[in-house]
Amino acid sequence: MYRHLRDLDRRWVFLLMLLAVAVPILLQSRFPETPSALSRAVFEQIESLAPGDRVLLAFDYDPASAGELQPMATSFVYHCAKKGLRLYFLALWPVGSQMIERTIQEVIDKDFPELVYGRDYVDLGYKSGGEGVIKVILTDIRQLFSTDARGTPVDRIPMMADVRSIRQMKLIVSISAGTPGTKEWVQYAVTPYPDELRIVAGCTGVQAPLMYPYIPDQLPGLLGAIKGAAEYEELVMRTYGGATLSGTYTEARRRMGPQLVAHVLMILLIIAGNAIYFAERRKGVR
Amino acid sequence: MKRTVPLLIGSVAGFVLIAAYFVPLAEGWGEQVSIWFDVLASIAFILGGGNLLQVHVRKVRERKAGWAYSAITVLAFAVTLWVGLAKVGVHPHPQFPDSSGWTGQYDEVGTPFWWIYEHAFVPLTATIFALLAFYVASAAFRAFRARNAEAALLLGTAFIILLGRTFAGVYLTSWLPASLSGLRIESLCVEIMRVFATAGNRAIMIGVALGTAAVSLKILLGVDRSHLGSGEE
Repeated sequence: MYRHLRDLDRRWVFLLMLLAVAVPILLQSRFPETPSALSRAVFEQIESLAPGDRVLLAFDYDPASAGELQPMATSFVYHCAKKGLRLYFLALWPVGSQMIERTIQEVIDKDFPELVYGRDYVDLGYKSGGEGVIKVILTDIRQLFSTDARGTPVDRIPMMADVRSIRQMKLIVSISAGTPGTKEWVQYAVTPYPDELRIVAGCTGVQAPLMYPYIPDQLPGLLGAIKGAAEYEELVMRTYGGATLSGTYTEARRRMGPQLVAHVLMILLIIAGNAIYFAERRKGVR
Repeated sequence: MKRTVPLLIGSVAGFVLIAAYFVPLAEGWGEQVSIWFDVLASIAFILGGGNLLQVHVRKVRERKAGWAYSAITVLAFAVTLWVGLAKVGVHPHPQFPDSSGWTGQYDEVGTPFWWIYEHAFVPLTATIFALLAFYVASAAFRAFRARNAEAALLLGTAFIILLGRTFAGVYLTSWLPASLSGLRIESLCVEIMRVFATAGNRAIMIGVALGTAAVSLKILLGVDRSHLGSGEE
């Protein structure tokens, strides 16, 4: 057994990981979620807004991290739409624009057909420049966003009529997978204007520890990876969900099944690896 | 001259941005410099594309190891660029139905550019990212060893985080009474992130910020000119 484990071909490990992810998906395993304080803080920040308040949604991610971030993006938009907030989408990542389009199609087009483009939500699209974009739109949004993502001049968009800068937003929701992302929104937008701007964020698991130093003063709420997404999804659906909702709104909780089995497998692999290591050390093998 | 002018532009722009942060009167200048930065960032895409072509075309021409991958990169780059810039297969904008495809959006649903994004870019990037799970599992089995006390501490922390980020953490320690709820795995996971990870990150951030300030000042004052190149042709 020991010898077999020591010489184990890594393709067996790959196969185990494949099964660990595939089986819970096929069996549709679900586990209960208990929302953490940070997820509840995100939920409360959006809950505290009044219908008609402006919310800026920054989609700073790409399809590579959509597995972690798309479910929270979906829940954010669903929550904001249910609250009757005015949504301003923009992206600092080149394909963030496509992620916005996808979320609008999945949530607004399907479940909120009564919302009117330009009156209730607007897609400002992508602009290059990272934190440079943030610095400029803090004082004058029209300097960089003269049209929306569909090519319509912003002056012809009703909900942009009285918006001069993003300092008029009641809340910034940053969904990010790296740089530029949540860190830049916190450093360049919220920190210089602590009395005017508030932010909540959702980010990948790798990025989450880097955001903790900003909690709670600069960043009151944070959703870390698919776990945070599942907790927030649970809160949103518990409050606003109905029996007729599609699978789009259970995606984060559905992905917690594969995550659980994969994590347990990782622990078992680490234990097995260490058992081999200590057995070899006892025998004096280097 | 080739080094002095860029140095002056960089210094002036840098000091204007610093002044804009502290002096309200200089805010407008700071905004102007930020717009220059955004324009330059857009131009950097052209430079990036040119650089990508230069590197990979040379690799193909000289038949270096892996040249076939470079050929695929160049082909994919050229096709995507052409499809996007030439607005291939784009429908006219609904406001101008009688016009050509040039009035439409290059990335609207059903266009060839959308097809490339949806059926090539999305699955390829998602696949590459998903492969991480397999390699991390293999690496954990082969390399994550409790060789000393520090490594054992890291290993224990990894176990708590791995379990704490799933229902397994809740399930395993739910039997602990409320008075010991702080010892439940999900609580330990939160505390590790809130206290230890935050403390470590803050220390690193302060160090990086001090280093960045020092290096920035050296660049702005012209003491450090390495970013301008060697000056040789």
